Amino acid sequence: MLIKRGAEASIFLEEWQGQKVIMKHRLPKKYRIRQIDQKIRSYRTLHESQLLHYAKEAGVSTPIIYMVDLADSNIIMEFIEGTQVKQILNDLSPEERQNLSEYIGELIGRLHIRNIIHGDLTTSNMVLNRNGNIIFVDFGLGEISVELELKGVDLHLMKRAFQSTHFCIAEECFKAVLCGYTEIVGQKMAKKVINKIREIEGRGRYISERKRSG
Amino acid sequence: MFGKRVNVRVLKTNWKELNLLIVNSSWTLNLMKKSNSTKICLGIEATADDFGVGLLDFEGNVLANVNNAFIPETGGIHPREAARHHAKVAGRVITEAFQAAKIDPCDVTVIAFSQGPGLGPCLRTGATAARALASYLNVPLVGVNHCVAHIEIGKLATGVKDPVTLYVSGGNTIVSAFDAGRYRIFGETLDIAVGNCLDVFAREAGLRPRDGVPLGAAVENLATKGETFVHLPYSVKGMDLSFSGLLTAGVRLLKKGKYRLEDLCFSLQEVAFSMLTEVTERALAHTEKTELLLTGGVGANKRLQMMLKIIADEHDVSYCVVPKQYALDNGAMIAWTGILAHEHGTSIPIEKSFVRLKWRLEDVDAPWVKV
Repeated sequence: MLIKRGAEASIFLEEWQGQKVIMKHRLPKKYRIRQIDQKIRSYRTLHESQLLHYAKEAGVSTPIIYMVDLADSNIIMEFIEGTQVKQILNDLSPEERQNLSEYIGELIGRLHIRNIIHGDLTTSNMVLNRNGNIIFVDFGLGEISVELELKGVDLHLMKRAFQSTHFCIAEECFKAVLCGYTEIVGQKMAKKVINKIREIEGRGRYISERKRSG
Repeated sequence: MFGKRVNVRVLKTNWKELNLLIVNSSWTLNLMKKSNSTKICLGIEATADDFGVGLLDFEGNVLANVNNAFIPETGGIHPREAARHHAKVAGRVITEAFQAAKIDPCDVTVIAFSQGPGLGPCLRTGATAARALASYLNVPLVGVNHCVAHIEIGKLATGVKDPVTLYVSGGNTIVSAFDAGRYRIFGETLDIAVGNCLDVFAREAGLRPRDGVPLGAAVENLATKGETFVHLPYSVKGMDLSFSGLLTAGVRLLKKGKYRLEDLCFSLQEVAFSMLTEVTERALAHTEKTELLLTGGVGANKRLQMMLKIIADEHDVSYCVVPKQYALDNGAMIAWTGILAHEHGTSIPIEKSFVRLKWRLEDVDAPWVKV
């Protein structure tokens, strides 16, 4: 059953060996020739699976991978029972929200300290399960990089996600995220990244933010 | 003959040529009579190898669009040589434009020039000509961003209103769309432009530009005879592109001599254009715009046009390719953008009209765009 259709991949909810699984399928693109298409799709499928694994090593829960099919560009992985952070964040009490945001910040910190860039940090890509753990999903745009720029962009994206879907509480949530982040990566690095975020916001692309904050 | 406020130092570069131009041209005699009330803008384009002059009325009718390209004997565009060429032909091209439009210089209401981005010596030569004319005719001067001009003339020529634009040439590779008062860059090259990649590869392969057949077209012709695909590095980083690794790999395989040139041209094109199309598709999905515009010299390539057609159909957006005379660098686009800017009160005093070599598309306010 198709549950989401993105620009690059489709997400299916399937039955596989008696359990509910998620299948992520990268779509062939008609505009590129078969050889290029095949290579890109299989490379990205492999890369994403690797990132899911590296994130686990860094101490961030991600779906368990059951199978990687490079020929068809499929990843079959665990279906996480739970709710998207996006759906509950607005309804939490201020204290719970603070704790959850800090926890999210810590998890991002753990990724960044290992130079893992998620690439699409939004509250819909974080799932809260029954045990109260947060599981990060969709590393499709992720990469491994030591660049400060990418870490800044990663967190900036998080901020924008808060602003677009949780407008009233965006500021306190992002502050808490940075608080948790600092705890993990340390003052020195956190300061650098926060300065980077400020620099990114000052660029022309985000002019509306500059107006809002200035 | 220049007003007091003109900074002579600014005008130094090609003073001699322009002096000759103004003194010798027959049209100086007609300076005193304003023939009618139609408002006209003269645009001078000189960012790289082309020196172009366009004359447009404020309705957007192109009265003249004359171009003279610098064709180097060997190698690529040497900025100094190109600037010398521009200085040499400037007077002739401007005169030709006036003759083609059948108007007098005194009919001009605004002078626009390409202020950047581009090669310094070329920009300065064009700017010098523009300053001299503006000062002499006593009309306002408008500095135009070359990339904005490409988009604006594309919109005028094809009738699209609010497109995602893929602008691909020898100097630029930009995917952009209008948002909140400016043209925003969604993806761009991190190093060399796609046209530069194809051109340098062609020169390394010993191809030469002939009259009417630029290097890019030579690569395209060879590519149609390609049969076997050779793997080359595909490098899309987020929304941005990189072509320098692709060029290096292509040239290395070429020097090995193991592969047919046709196959390499084919592979190079397929990889480069797939990268462009992928980023363009993402910009379309992200912005949810309903129009796609292809412009710039590389936009003349049929294979690239075909790839974009496929994604345009898949996303159900209308798709336009800018006609060649307006897709390549030209004076008309500078004139048209000058008109739009001038109508919104933008002009620049001569003493502040320095060229801006690295002027980014997203640094330009575009108050004339109504979405």
